[in-house]
Amino acid sequence: MGITQILFWFLTILALVAAIGVISSKNPIYSVLWLIVVFFAISGHYILMNAQFLAIVNIIVYAGAIMVLFLFVIMLMNLNAEAEPVKNVYMKMAGIISGLTLMIVLVAALSHSDVQNTIIRPGTSIGLIKNLGKALFNQYVVPFEISSVLFLSAMIGAIMLGKKDPVKKISL
Amino acid sequence: MHLNHIFLLIDWALFIEKLVLIIVVVMGSLLVAMYSTYAERKVAAFMQDRVGPNRAGPFGILQPVADGVKLFFKEEIVPNFSSKFLFILGPCLAMLTAMMIGAVIPWGDKIHLFGRDISLQIADVNIGILYVFGIVSLGVYGIMIGGWASNNKFSLLGAMRAASQIVSYELAMGISLIALLMITGTLSLNEMVVQQKDHWWNIFKQPLGFLIFLICAFAETNRTPFDLPEAENELIGGYHAEYSSMKLGFYLFSEYINMFLSGAVMATLYFGGYDIPFVNDANLVHNIGVNWLAILEGTVFFIKICCFIFLFMWVRWTVPRFRYDQLMNLGWKILLPLALFNMLVTGALILLKQNHWHF
Repeated sequence: MGITQILFWFLTILALVAAIGVISSKNPIYSVLWLIVVFFAISGHYILMNAQFLAIVNIIVYAGAIMVLFLFVIMLMNLNAEAEPVKNVYMKMAGIISGLTLMIVLVAALSHSDVQNTIIRPGTSIGLIKNLGKALFNQYVVPFEISSVLFLSAMIGAIMLGKKDPVKKISL
Repeated sequence: MHLNHIFLLIDWALFIEKLVLIIVVVMGSLLVAMYSTYAERKVAAFMQDRVGPNRAGPFGILQPVADGVKLFFKEEIVPNFSSKFLFILGPCLAMLTAMMIGAVIPWGDKIHLFGRDISLQIADVNIGILYVFGIVSLGVYGIMIGGWASNNKFSLLGAMRAASQIVSYELAMGISLIALLMITGTLSLNEMVVQQKDHWWNIFKQPLGFLIFLICAFAETNRTPFDLPEAENELIGGYHAEYSSMKLGFYLFSEYINMFLSGAVMATLYFGGYDIPFVNDANLVHNIGVNWLAILEGTVFFIKICCFIFLFMWVRWTVPRFRYDQLMNLGWKILLPLALFNMLVTGALILLKQNHWHF
């Protein structure tokens, strides 16, 4: 077992433990903090695959911005165990059954999938920023630009929804 | 058997060299932070026509030691009804994220010891500046977690202010950086310094970008005029209102370390890093050797950082604190459009240069 494999197993176990922590902690603040640990573990995996740019962008965008806003909202809402609505047993049973069904579907889908083309072999350098930029702006420039337009419209939409009804100007 | 194999694979000389470098950088930043508190009080005294601390030791230079000892001996209080783990995690995270930036800053070129060339940068990753940016965006967690775990309304308000302020100013900071990256064409901090050694410093190519970056650095380090998270006359101290003893010390200390390292980042990005101005380095190596040059470069870099630390203090004692709406207006309505404008102009000029100044 080389150092890469040790790191891989360490990061994998960390990611799984943290992911279980996200859904099992009672306090939503702890859930958010566990989720941040998950993002860090995934970034570690990206670095193992030599995708440094992806790793750091994952940290900047998810851990650094989105989770801060999550934490912000949850802290302001002041959720706690008493405010949690009690769910009845049937709902829980339905949840378990549907979750298991989803798992079976996923396992069935993955067992037939072709693994060979999807794995990035260690040693390739497509994850480095130079190669990634060239690929994005030459080969995939149309989807890249279209997705940026999509983001822009999503941002404008969020601002429009966030604004209250415009105050009618009183003409003097 | 397997374990043996792994230990043989590790380059022990590299390991020890990096370990020593890490210890030196961490200890160095702590020492600088310690004496920044002293410098701050002396600068404040100078600005307000006072004497400043002068009791402990000659010129009061033992004052930071006395302050540190005082903080260690204070009673540690963890408020009831607060989450103890998060309450302790807050200052730890603030300290950790402050320290981590030092890993990618090139403190000098290289020294030659025991037959090895030792680079004076802990990690020359090829995403250097993005790493700094990522760590800066994580810096808010220490404040937010500490403020929430205090279970105090004023602390929570301070934490909220810190979060919204840092998220808002990150945008303008990132866009002003993009303009710089378009010119340098690299993300590695060491390569940026090497480029500036032979050509003009980046400040001459990106004056507006530097100004935006500087203002954002003030906001990100929570220094006056952007120190709303700890505005004492509104929030009784803000996010660290409930903290005492060395946990409070960690918060105060992390601010000074942030100041030191953001000075280092700005000096690296815009003021040539460890480059000695008006001197041809190649000639100097011939005359005094690699090691002395590295020491000289380190000293010059340190002087540049000290200038920035002085600037931080100078602004603190001259500019009053912003109001919250003024802060947000400045960030979103002035700095962000200005940074976008700067990026557009930079892009247009680069394109023109590629066309040999023909439209």
